[in-house]
Amino acid sequence: MRKYYNSIRRIAGNVVTVDAQGVGYDELAVITTSRGESLAQVIGLDGHEVSLQVFAGSQGVSNNDRVRFLHRPMQVPFSENLLGRVFDGSARPRDGRVPATGTPLDIGSPVVNPIRRRMPDKMIATGIPMIDVFNSLVESQKLPIFSVAGEPYNELLARIGLQADADIIILGGMGLRHDDYLKFRDAFEQGGVLGRAILFVHTAADPVVECLMVPDLCLAVGEQFALQGKRVLVLLTDMTAFADALKEIAITMEQIPSNRGYPGDLYTQMAKRYEKAVDFDEAGSMTVLACVTMPGNDVTHPVPDNTGYITEGQFYLHNGRIEPFGSLSRLKQQVNGATRDDHRAIMDACIQLYALCRESREKRDMGFEASPWDRKLLKYGLLFEQRIMDLSINLPLTAALDRCWEILAECFEPAETGIRRAIVEKHWPYRRE
Amino acid sequence: MSGRMKGKIVSVYGSLVIAEMEDRVVQNSVGYCHRSDGTRLLSEVIRVRGQLADLQVFEETRGLKTGDEVEFRAEMLSVVLGPGLLGQVYDGLQNPLPELAQRVGYFLAPGTYVPGLSTAVTWDFTPSAKVGDSVVAGDTLGTVPEGIFTHRIMAPFAWRGRYTVERIASAGQYTIDAEIATVVDAQGERRVVTMQQTWPVKVPLNVSRRRLLPTEPLVTRVRIVDSMFPIVRGGTYCIPGPFGAGKTVLQQITSRHAEIDVVVFAACGERAGEVVETLRDFPKLIDPRTGRSLMERTIIVCNTSAMPVAAREASVYTAATLAEYYRQMGLDVLLLADSTSRWAQAMRELSGRLEEIPGEEAFPAYLESRIAAFYERAGVLELTDGQLGSLTIGGTVSPAGGNFEEPVTQGTLKVVGAFLGLSRARSDARRYPAIDPLDSWSKYRGIIEPAKVLQMRRLLAQGHEVRQMMTVVGEEGTSAEDFAIALKADFFDNCFLQQNAFDDVDGATPAERQRFVFDKALQVVELDLAGLDKTQLREVMVRAADWFRNWNYAASGSSEYDRYLHEIDRFIADRQQSTP
Repeated sequence: MRKYYNSIRRIAGNVVTVDAQGVGYDELAVITTSRGESLAQVIGLDGHEVSLQVFAGSQGVSNNDRVRFLHRPMQVPFSENLLGRVFDGSARPRDGRVPATGTPLDIGSPVVNPIRRRMPDKMIATGIPMIDVFNSLVESQKLPIFSVAGEPYNELLARIGLQADADIIILGGMGLRHDDYLKFRDAFEQGGVLGRAILFVHTAADPVVECLMVPDLCLAVGEQFALQGKRVLVLLTDMTAFADALKEIAITMEQIPSNRGYPGDLYTQMAKRYEKAVDFDEAGSMTVLACVTMPGNDVTHPVPDNTGYITEGQFYLHNGRIEPFGSLSRLKQQVNGATRDDHRAIMDACIQLYALCRESREKRDMGFEASPWDRKLLKYGLLFEQRIMDLSINLPLTAALDRCWEILAECFEPAETGIRRAIVEKHWPYRRE
Repeated sequence: MSGRMKGKIVSVYGSLVIAEMEDRVVQNSVGYCHRSDGTRLLSEVIRVRGQLADLQVFEETRGLKTGDEVEFRAEMLSVVLGPGLLGQVYDGLQNPLPELAQRVGYFLAPGTYVPGLSTAVTWDFTPSAKVGDSVVAGDTLGTVPEGIFTHRIMAPFAWRGRYTVERIASAGQYTIDAEIATVVDAQGERRVVTMQQTWPVKVPLNVSRRRLLPTEPLVTRVRIVDSMFPIVRGGTYCIPGPFGAGKTVLQQITSRHAEIDVVVFAACGERAGEVVETLRDFPKLIDPRTGRSLMERTIIVCNTSAMPVAAREASVYTAATLAEYYRQMGLDVLLLADSTSRWAQAMRELSGRLEEIPGEEAFPAYLESRIAAFYERAGVLELTDGQLGSLTIGGTVSPAGGNFEEPVTQGTLKVVGAFLGLSRARSDARRYPAIDPLDSWSKYRGIIEPAKVLQMRRLLAQGHEVRQMMTVVGEEGTSAEDFAIALKADFFDNCFLQQNAFDDVDGATPAERQRFVFDKALQVVELDLAGLDKTQLREVMVRAADWFRNWNYAASGSSEYDRYLHEIDRFIADRQQSTP
């Protein structure tokens, strides 16, 4: 027998409070209003009062609308049929096809026991030297792309999605412009990966609560594929929109804000999602790449700041390039020792010299005379930017390393690079003068 | 008085549950919320208002309903202490993670609890107390071998007064729950002693005659730490730094190379991947001092960022208690907490749920006193038998935006003995370890004479000043004399302070070698380079730096080591001669 409750006590923000009994925390309900049906989630129990967060928002909800409890948490159907499909933040089809079918999967599953994780040790080649050489992407890594509005972060994300070696690609769009959603879909279609991709898209026009569901839906599905031995790549954009949705809801819930209006549990909320990235012992893996736009290009803003503490590094996209400063892959040491013996040395030396080049540029810009050493650095910086940093460059790792040596040899004496002699002797391209 | 207290849930908000208790309720007692499907969720009473008890639940509260039963016992959150703790990997509530993996698979299902120590394992007990001996809390009754250590079985720390040993077990194999002694107190009341005992995690465990001043340097084999900003056994230090500056790497290096008996690693609210790295690496790494696997001297307490937040708050205390237990055996213990900011944030989340009046940045008003109380658990103790044991605490701090002017960093700086501040500028320039040599400080005395350390600190400060000036007046506006100072400061930075953590040799420098290299670097820095122009100066210092770097990579005693040392000596001699 279906039981309905219709004594709605309060409606505020997206939260509706109803009198009901026998309801479990975090469970799902359906609220029927003049606008149709919407899912809602239990976010508080106080005596007989049940607070519900309504996915479609509370516009048009009346105090005698009907609420039915499903006595289960939010779920997503799981099967191979999901591949090639597009859904919204409530897991309803967005591609005009029939609703998905499959085994129902609770979202927000428990934490993976660290004991059952394995050490990540497989590099994901992307063909982008600034990633492969300097900050290698590793299977099971969680890595954001820090950027600002206007930078080609979605293009970069799509390109990595297309070029990276993964079995399944899951895209989670949050607050996405409709155009961007179409661009992603088209890019995946033209790149021939749509057949092994699943898209969960919340656009800027959709209700804000659905935005919160997107990462959980993507990660629940991805995790299941990973448990079946698949190597899954999850692309999330834009996590700042997710954090803003959290903020919006926390403020309407009258929670005490901690920093710039964001709730005190922002770190925990984001960590719960990012930490789903995993390399299972005796099963597959899930890698998470996320875009984080930094309001005002401010890396100390609570969203990029908390993200940086959670993720295993970050790519810093600035002026259309992946900046070597600020970019970091924490897992690169797991893989770049086994690629080629000069990989680490090149990685360190090129960046140290590029940092010195920046100092020389500052000196030059302030009108000081450049010393011979400054001139070498200036030449190096220019070559490095043109031949390595440019985002359009597509090179396999070994070719990129060779190119780095060529640039060094064009600009410096071996001892000036700070690279160990044994490695210099083996790789220095002496043929060039 | 440990009767059960019962009640029913009236409210659920995230990890905070309010229950109406039937009768008695004891603050900080632990018990369970009974979910209607039979799952028990561990909880703690954190506030009492009339018959209402506010509970923090150490698990996800999904599925809890109003009317669900709660049941508590008048006991505080405790850990079990005894042989078998070393080498374990626990969650924040002392559940062994490998056991959980065997029972419930890939995921940590809420409501599964496993005792922290196995009662199936037997230990080789040797009595040391005799019948008729008079003992007090913390006195050794016997020993068992645990890996490389002699694990003392001690009289329960909670005892008050003197007891007389009435019976003691003979040498043999016992499990931790077997009776190994019976004692009577002055009133003739009899007590049974086993090899395990419990202790409440939030109460410091320090049964001793007195607390001593910590003075003995703790060698971490990180040059910039040991030589410039030393830490000592029984001292405290903190490592604040923005993300990506290398806090965790520094903690991991320390946990590997520190010259200490036992390391307790509290991974608090950080990435699971980092715990996995320790888990997989440590069993394979051999501790050169003992010839055994590093895991044998390590306990890992991990509550990673995705695990329930209330347990995160507890995990730091769990780790501290385990560390204190081994200190009671006269061992030198190092507790590494990574990161104390996550712990503070957990307090903030709970405080927010309780709707307490927030302090700065919404942290609770008691933040500073909690931080101070935590670091105060460190120290050197003269134990009841006169032996010394020490607990050193090193905590990382993850300040929001990398700005040290925030409550957790500031609250920590007030109470620690050394501050190893990591800088974004240094890590961006790949100068690792990115400890800022100008801002950091230590109140302790290390392995290098303080006068020499001061000399180098002055050089670094002067070098920095010259560099600053050079950005204004340019290289051509700088005198050769000043320029030489800047180059020498750079040289010392490059060749001594920076260290490649991923190189087997350079990654860990023993104290003896540090002293030797430091003195050589000092000789270079003291060279009189007057008369050289700037190009010559740069050339000379580049050469010196090149030799030193290669020397740092050469294993002690290798022919390479001798070769580079010879080059350096000749270089110094040449320069000394060429000056009139």
